[in-house]
Amino acid sequence: MLEIEDLSVEVGGKEVLHDVNLSVMAGYTNVLFGPNGSGKSTLLMTIMGFSGYKITKGRILFNGEDITNMSVSDRAKKGIGLMMQRPPNLIGVKLGSLIKVMGHDRVDAEALAKDLDLSSFLKRDVNVGFSGGEIKRSELMQLEAQNPCLVMLDEPESGVDMVSIQKVGAKIHDLMGGTSCAGKRGQVGKAALVITHTGQILDYVEADRGYVMCKGTIACTGNPRELLHEIRSKGYDECISCKIKRKKAEPISVTEV
Amino acid sequence: MTKAEARKKAEAAVEKKATFGSDIPLSEYGLARQDLEKVSGLQDLQEEDRKTLINVGVVPNEEGRSGSFVLMDNTMVHSSQHGPGIEVMSVQKALKVHDWLEEYSWKAVAPDMDKYTARAFLEDADGYFIHALPGQKVSMPVQTCLMLKSKGAAQTVHNIIIVEEGAELEVITGCSTSKHVDEALHLGISEFYLKKRAKLTFTMIHNWSETIGVRPRTVIIMDEEATFINNYVALKPVKSIQTYPTCKMEGKNGVCVFNTVAVAHPGSEMDLGSRVLMNAPGCRAEITSRTITTGGVVIARGQMVGAASGVKGHLECKGLILSPKGIQIAIPELEARVADVEMTHEAAVGKIAQDQIEYLMSRGLTEEEAVGIIVKGFLDVGIRGLPPQLAAEIEETLGQVDLAKM
Repeated sequence: MLEIEDLSVEVGGKEVLHDVNLSVMAGYTNVLFGPNGSGKSTLLMTIMGFSGYKITKGRILFNGEDITNMSVSDRAKKGIGLMMQRPPNLIGVKLGSLIKVMGHDRVDAEALAKDLDLSSFLKRDVNVGFSGGEIKRSELMQLEAQNPCLVMLDEPESGVDMVSIQKVGAKIHDLMGGTSCAGKRGQVGKAALVITHTGQILDYVEADRGYVMCKGTIACTGNPRELLHEIRSKGYDECISCKIKRKKAEPISVTEV
Repeated sequence: MTKAEARKKAEAAVEKKATFGSDIPLSEYGLARQDLEKVSGLQDLQEEDRKTLINVGVVPNEEGRSGSFVLMDNTMVHSSQHGPGIEVMSVQKALKVHDWLEEYSWKAVAPDMDKYTARAFLEDADGYFIHALPGQKVSMPVQTCLMLKSKGAAQTVHNIIIVEEGAELEVITGCSTSKHVDEALHLGISEFYLKKRAKLTFTMIHNWSETIGVRPRTVIIMDEEATFINNYVALKPVKSIQTYPTCKMEGKNGVCVFNTVAVAHPGSEMDLGSRVLMNAPGCRAEITSRTITTGGVVIARGQMVGAASGVKGHLECKGLILSPKGIQIAIPELEARVADVEMTHEAAVGKIAQDQIEYLMSRGLTEEEAVGIIVKGFLDVGIRGLPPQLAAEIEETLGQVDLAKM
């Protein structure tokens, strides 16, 4: 569904991503690990098409189509959705009216909100004064209304308390679950690309493949639980050295198995 | 000051330029008509005029209104009042009915403030007199409309609102131009008096057109614990408007709120200010302005003066530029004359933040939709608490604004 080929990206004139290769197949959930500042969020923002993330090399394919130069709106309409880490405040824009506009009135905003304990937030300005956990739930509700084929989540568990994590986890599980998506209704399964630090979200979401990002490029791929175990026990340093070793032997292969 | 003295002063001020706004040559504008046909009900007006009323929040069948007053050019065409506790009539009539009204007429606004007040004074301008009687909480709003009907004429208006002790009143005023009328001028003098514990919510909707000049002159005088809430909405084109309503808070613990929402279209020149003089202890004031330019010039002024102990105020001017040809100027001023005052201001002008637009686009909205929803939200902040019928009007105006040409 998503294929990223040799992608290099500049932010503010500085190259942040170098030759990134990554793919997510339909029906798969891939996880992105990596230390702070390694470029994980940059990668998701670039896939979504935000300005300020200048692609200097490579391309992004979505369902076989080159979307490298496509507008943010068009990518969203094709079925890409992103839960942002730090979404902007929209003063004066009510969460409820945003859900209505997004869902073209087909979505029951009240029901979605009730599910995520956000009923009283529908009349509040989007993200204004929201806590970390409230932002996650609000983002999740928007994604539900949007119903994308490719769900990208940037640290869905950060800032969420122990009780809410269950709800958020269950919602994410539902979001990636069997229901057909907006773009290709009924034709393909959903896919997901999830950034996680703690791996906590893996308790709720079955992950198929893990990537470790270091210093702006993919350092390692493999079984997500094994990778997580490695990272937990040895830290990221191991991944970097590991990449160096592998580089000598063979280029990193990112082809889906 | 006797009337003769006031006249003398006004005569001396006929050439006196105003402090702000481009100078309008008054000699080019003739007398507005005083002989238009009166109607017993607003329903009897011509359909075109009824539509004009509706567009500025005036309900022709007067349902849900405590009274109505319509001035076309310089003719009072309709005045009515429903229910107890309130008086609605023309100022000229009220001056005959109430001897005491002389004490209020041209006392808040000086006849010689500038050439515009001088002209209105010398023409003995008429307008609405709205009087909420002591202790009366008038549940439904009074509506008034001031409409320009003749090309090349200067409408001169003199309004007085008195809210007596403990009374509450809401007034909705719509100012508009009749279709096919151009090159006209509106000079509107308004004097509002709020007695002890009185409350006045005054909402004004301006709906002029591309060739109309507008120079309102408004002064509000407040007594102890009075509350004044002013909402000003101007979303349609105008040639030139300059206004700087001034609220003088003379009694302790008063509350004054000014909300301004305006769109400067290409060719429009809008100089919109709000001034609050907190002259008594414990007064509080809030000035909020939300302006947009789609190609015109808009100046958002705000002045807050703290001249008594324990007063608090916040002034906020925010302006969006939706066209490279537009100009936004924000001029907030704070003046403290005693030590223990707490006054703050916040001003920001610029275009919509790209991250906000793209955030909404990442939810599947087009760029136009994203800009539309942000702009609507931006304006909503300035008019929270406005009568609901205005929402549709705002939507319509935004629909006409070409947001794609940012």
